[in-house]
Amino acid sequence: MSATEKVSRGSEALEIAGAWLLALIWILPLAYAVWAAIHPSEYSAHFAPDAPLTPQNFIKAWNAAPFAWYFLNTFILVTMILAAQLVLCTLAAYAFARFSFAGRDVAFILVLLQLMIMPDVLIVENYRTMTALGLVDTIPAIGLPYMASAFGIFLLRQTFKTVPRELDEAARVEGAGPLQVLLKVYVPLAKPVYIAYGLVSVSYHWNNFLWPLIITNSVSTRPLTVGLQIFASADQGIDWSVITAATLMTSAPLLLAFLLFQRQFVQSFMRAGIR
Amino acid sequence: MHGVEPLAVAQPPPQAQYARGGSALAVHIYGWLLLLPAAVLLVAFTHYPAVQTLIDSFYSTPRGRRGAVFVGLDNYQTMLADPVFWRALQNNVVYATSVIPLTIALALAMALLINGKIAGRPFLRLSFFTPTVLPMIAVANIWLFFYSPGYGLLDQILGLFDSSTHNWLGDEHTALGCLIAVAVWKDAGFFMIFYLAALQQISPQLAEAAALEGAGRWYFFRRVTFPLLMPTTLFVLVNAVINSFRLVDHIVVMTQGGPDNTTALLLFYIYEVGFKFWDTAYAATLTVVLLVLLACLALGQFLILDRRIHYQ
Repeated sequence: MSATEKVSRGSEALEIAGAWLLALIWILPLAYAVWAAIHPSEYSAHFAPDAPLTPQNFIKAWNAAPFAWYFLNTFILVTMILAAQLVLCTLAAYAFARFSFAGRDVAFILVLLQLMIMPDVLIVENYRTMTALGLVDTIPAIGLPYMASAFGIFLLRQTFKTVPRELDEAARVEGAGPLQVLLKVYVPLAKPVYIAYGLVSVSYHWNNFLWPLIITNSVSTRPLTVGLQIFASADQGIDWSVITAATLMTSAPLLLAFLLFQRQFVQSFMRAGIR
Repeated sequence: MHGVEPLAVAQPPPQAQYARGGSALAVHIYGWLLLLPAAVLLVAFTHYPAVQTLIDSFYSTPRGRRGAVFVGLDNYQTMLADPVFWRALQNNVVYATSVIPLTIALALAMALLINGKIAGRPFLRLSFFTPTVLPMIAVANIWLFFYSPGYGLLDQILGLFDSSTHNWLGDEHTALGCLIAVAVWKDAGFFMIFYLAALQQISPQLAEAAALEGAGRWYFFRRVTFPLLMPTTLFVLVNAVINSFRLVDHIVVMTQGGPDNTTALLLFYIYEVGFKFWDTAYAATLTVVLLVLLACLALGQFLILDRRIHYQ
């Protein structure tokens, strides 16, 4: 074995060791939370290999706060937002991709503005608007600012633009109107992009916190993130086992979906990101 | 594709495409009708509030029966004299300039490490990417536990070397650093996948050619891989910048801006002023600063990325 080969062999081993060390450090906080959640609280900071497993922390957390409501609210919220986004963004993207109407370019730039100036920072004025509309403390109020998504419009426009015009023409020759063409030609061809956008949207709104915190103040409207925060900051006697159990419980659906469909998730995030 | 071929020969110019059925007017009407639902919501919840924020910053906060009064630049003068505003701005700059390079460097390192045929690749990828799926609120709670004095894992590990306990989040010198670590932990895996995607586009023949020429791996990375990844780096950079001004969930959970405002970021301060002190006019004034910051960044992005966007 030559000297350079030895060096490269050595650096390769170092690289593998580094990668594993980094991965272990990365998983450590989560592994620690899982440990605390599935063991009795006396073991939450005491790592004994013979510590008994228990579901008690999850049961306690579930009974201590109306998590069933919170799950339902989050479910309604993400479904409502996604449904509205799919319809609104599809129509707008179709207009931008295939209709050269007056003012299109200016309108498009105005849409793209939302990529930088997001509803997340306009909380003060949007709260005022919701008050004027009488929508404070309702689930639609949480979703409304996000329903016309510039990101969704942009993503779908790019996709629609790649659809060959011949397909469009062929459908037209058969007598289909613009909306029928959209539904029969464009939407089916964009299916992977819809899946990608759907995953990104659902995980974004499942995780969103600040705006829902501001706009909701009752059990029947609060999403999981806000419910979890209220549960964790209320005096639980700092029982970390129960708090970590609640934390894992609220992230569980997304986490499970991710573990089951890892490849699709990663690919979707990539597809939605490369633009 | 037989049936379509004749059409390809007589293809009309794109502009005229939807005009054939009716008048040219129909194109404009159809276009605007399709856009209308999205446009109404966009104007109502993005453009209108952005403009209204600016207007409100010149008025006083309505209190009780007394309505808002035009006060000119008073709110801005208050802001310039407000030490907490300066503190929040400074914190935000420190936070952004730490989180962004750290996240990008780690994301790139992770992508390079698992791009090859490394042992345990699925586990490594899972470990790096999982924090991305968790809500920031959950992440913050997990790290709150991790940092808890004496009891948390961090103190337990350090306790092997010295037995004193640290109040990581209660100490002015460490609190912001703790939050930076949380943000890096959450986002590095997310940006990693964009680098991974880009690395897979790079032809392996380049590496072979470089190896034949005797180029070292570091040299190859510096002169070939990194320049080829530049568009990805720009994309990731823009997103990282936005996140560092947009996301303050972890501050609400972990420190509430304390101790002594050392962890107050701009958006968190806006939230505090607007929804705890209910001083909406001052909150609007602070929002103007944030909007101007974001607009400058948007302009920068537009000028730099312009070519790339039109490329597609």
